[in-house]
Amino acid sequence: MKKMKVPERLEPTIKEIKFILRRIKDSPLSLAGIALVSAFIIIAVFAPVLAPPKPGFNPYLIPSDPSLGFRIEPSPPSPNHIFGTTTAQRDIYYACIWGARWAFQIALEVIVATVTVGIVLGLVAGYYGGFIDELIMRFTDIMLAFPGLILAMTLVTILSQVNWQTIDAVLLSIILIGWPGYTRLIRSEVLRIKNEDYIEAARACGASDLRIMLRHILPNAVYSIIIVASLDFGSIVLTTAAMSFLGLGAPLGWSDWGRLIYDGMSFVSGGLRWWWSWVYPGVFIVLFVLGWSLLGDALRDVLDPLYRRK
Amino acid sequence: MEKTASDEIVEVQDLYLNFYTYEGIVKALDGVNLNIKRGEILGVVGETGCGKSVTGLSILKIVVPPGKIEVGKVTFNVKGKSYNILDLNEPTMSKVRGRYISMIFQEPRAALNPVYSVGYQIGEVFQHHRREEIIKTVIEQLKGEVEKTSGFKRHICKIQLSLYERMLKNPKSLRVRLALKTPILKRFQNRMKTEIRNRTIELLKLLRIPDPERVIDMYPHELSGGMAQRCVIAMALVAKPMLLIADEPTTNLDVTVQAQILVLINELQKELGSSILYVTHDLGVVAELCDRVLIMYAGNVVETADVMTIFKEPLHPYTQGLLESIPRPGKPFTSIPGVVPGLINPPPGCRFNERCKYAMDICWKQKPKLVEVAKDHYVACHLYSGGK
Repeated sequence: MKKMKVPERLEPTIKEIKFILRRIKDSPLSLAGIALVSAFIIIAVFAPVLAPPKPGFNPYLIPSDPSLGFRIEPSPPSPNHIFGTTTAQRDIYYACIWGARWAFQIALEVIVATVTVGIVLGLVAGYYGGFIDELIMRFTDIMLAFPGLILAMTLVTILSQVNWQTIDAVLLSIILIGWPGYTRLIRSEVLRIKNEDYIEAARACGASDLRIMLRHILPNAVYSIIIVASLDFGSIVLTTAAMSFLGLGAPLGWSDWGRLIYDGMSFVSGGLRWWWSWVYPGVFIVLFVLGWSLLGDALRDVLDPLYRRK
Repeated sequence: MEKTASDEIVEVQDLYLNFYTYEGIVKALDGVNLNIKRGEILGVVGETGCGKSVTGLSILKIVVPPGKIEVGKVTFNVKGKSYNILDLNEPTMSKVRGRYISMIFQEPRAALNPVYSVGYQIGEVFQHHRREEIIKTVIEQLKGEVEKTSGFKRHICKIQLSLYERMLKNPKSLRVRLALKTPILKRFQNRMKTEIRNRTIELLKLLRIPDPERVIDMYPHELSGGMAQRCVIAMALVAKPMLLIADEPTTNLDVTVQAQILVLINELQKELGSSILYVTHDLGVVAELCDRVLIMYAGNVVETADVMTIFKEPLHPYTQGLLESIPRPGKPFTSIPGVVPGLINPPPGCRFNERCKYAMDICWKQKPKLVEVAKDHYVACHLYSGGK
C-alpha cells in the first residue's frame, strides 16, 4: 500500500500570521496605514537624532533662533530652518519632530488609562449585571450626555483654577471623556460572551468568577478593544490638537502640533504669505490621524471575524 | 441490594425554581423530586421546556439570572457525609463542580472556548482539580532524577524539588508565588505542564480520539462535532466525578456519531463507576442506555420507574402518550393533543389536565402527589392515588 503524504500541519500561530500578512499585502490602504504609522514611530523614537535638543533644556520646548532676532512674524524656510520658523523665531521642523513624540506620549497615556478603566468597569458591569450594572451604566450615560469637547474644556478650566499644569489637565479630561465608550463596548461584548455555552461549561468545571472574567471572557473580547483603540489613537491626538487650538493645553513654545497651528492662526489672515507656519503642523496632524485610521481599518479587516474571511 | 441512605449520590427534594421575566414569573420547576443512586444511569425525559436541563443546572447550582431557585433541597452524599448543595458557598461549590459533579453540554462546539486549544482547556481542569496529585507525581519523578543525575543538573532538580514540595504543602506561600511570576524561574512549572499534557493525551486516548498528540493542539473550530463532544466529555471526566450530568449530549450529532458516543458513555460509566443523569427527549436513547427513567412534564416529575417498567407498563397518561408518539412503520402517526401550557399561568391542579383524556374534576383542583404504585415505581396522577 502506498503511503499517503500528509501535509505538514503548521503551527496555528504561524498559520494565523501568514494569513494576516497575506490580507495586509492585498490591501494598499492597509499598507499605507502601516507605512505612515511606522514612519511616525521612527520619527518619535529618533527625535533626539533628527532634531537634537539643546542640552539642559526640556526637549519639548522649541528652541528659538536669536540670530533672526525676536520678530513676531514667522521667517520663511531656509537652510537652517527647513520648515521655517513660527512666531518668536521658533523652529517648526524641531517642533514637528518632537511633536510626533509628544503625540505618541499623550495618546499612549490616554489609551492605557481609558482601556484599563473600561475593561475593569465593563467586565464588572457586564458580568455581574443587576444593580452594579445599572449604577455603572447610568454613570457612563451621564458622562456621555455632555458633548465631549465642551466637557473636556470645562474640566481643564476647573483644574487650571486649582493650579494644575494645563497639559496634565488636558490629559485627565480626555481620559474622563474617553472611558465611557470603552466601558460600553466591553460591557456589550461581555454580555454577548457570558451567555455562550463555554462560559457555562467553564463554570460547571469549577472555574471562579475572576477566572471566567479574565481567562474566558476577556480574550474573546480583546479584538474589538484593539480595533477601537487603534482607531482612537489618532482621534485622541486630534482632540488634544483641537484643545490646543482653542488655547487650552500645551503652553507657548511647547512641541505640540495643535499649539503650533494656534500660534500660526494669527498669520492665516495674511493669506499664503506665512503659509509654512500652519501648513506643516497641519500636514503632520492629518498624516498621523490618517495613518492610525487606516491601521485601525486594517486591523479590523484581519481581526474582526465578520470581515476577515471575505 | 438494600437501599440505604448513602446509596443515593444526589437527592433532590421539593425543588421550586422560577424565572423572573418581563412577561411574568415562569414557574419552571414545581416541586421536583428525584434521586440518583450510585453507579446508575438515570434518564430524564420530557418535552422542550419542561425543566429537564434546569434540573441539571440546579444540581450544580449554576442557574443564571433571571432564574432563581426558590426553595428545595439538593442533598449530595460524599464520603459518608451529606451536604445540601443549595447551602454551600461559591468557593466550596467551585471545588464540587467538575470534581464530584460535572456536566456535558448539548452543543459541543459551543461548549469549548474558541480562543484556546483543546489541550489548554482540558489542562485547566487538571490544574484546578487534580493539582496535588500531579505535583506528587512530579515530585516522585524529580526524586528519581536527583538520584540518577549529578553536578549542575542535579542541583537544579533539587531546587525544583523543594519548590514543588513547598507548593504541595503551602500553595499560597510567598516564595512559590514569586517563583511563579519570575520570568526564568517560572519555567520550573514546565514539568507540571508536561505531566498534565501526558495525562490529557492519555485521557483523549481513553475517549478513542484518533491521533491525540495532534488533536490536543487543535482549536475547537478545527474539530468535527463528534470529536468536539469527546473533548467536552474528556473535560468532564478529568477528575473522575461521582455524578455526570449529560444535557442532551447527542442531540446535535448525526446518528452514527451518536451511537459511538452512547457506547463510549456506557463503557466509561462502567469503568469509572460514576452515576449519570442523562437528560434527553429521545426515548430510543433512554431504552438503550438508562437503568431508570424519570418523566417530566411542565416542571413536574410525573412518573419514575426502571426502564423496562416504563416501556412495558407506563401508568401516567403523559408517559403513555409519549410512548405512543414514537413513530413506527405501519402505525398511524399519533401525538398528544394540545400544547404544553405556558408556565407563567399554569393550569390549577395537575398541569397535564388540559391534554389528558382521563381528566377528572379533581385534576383541576388538586395537584397529584408522587405515590409508589409498585416497588420503585412512582406516579403522580389522581388515577392511581385512589382519587384522594
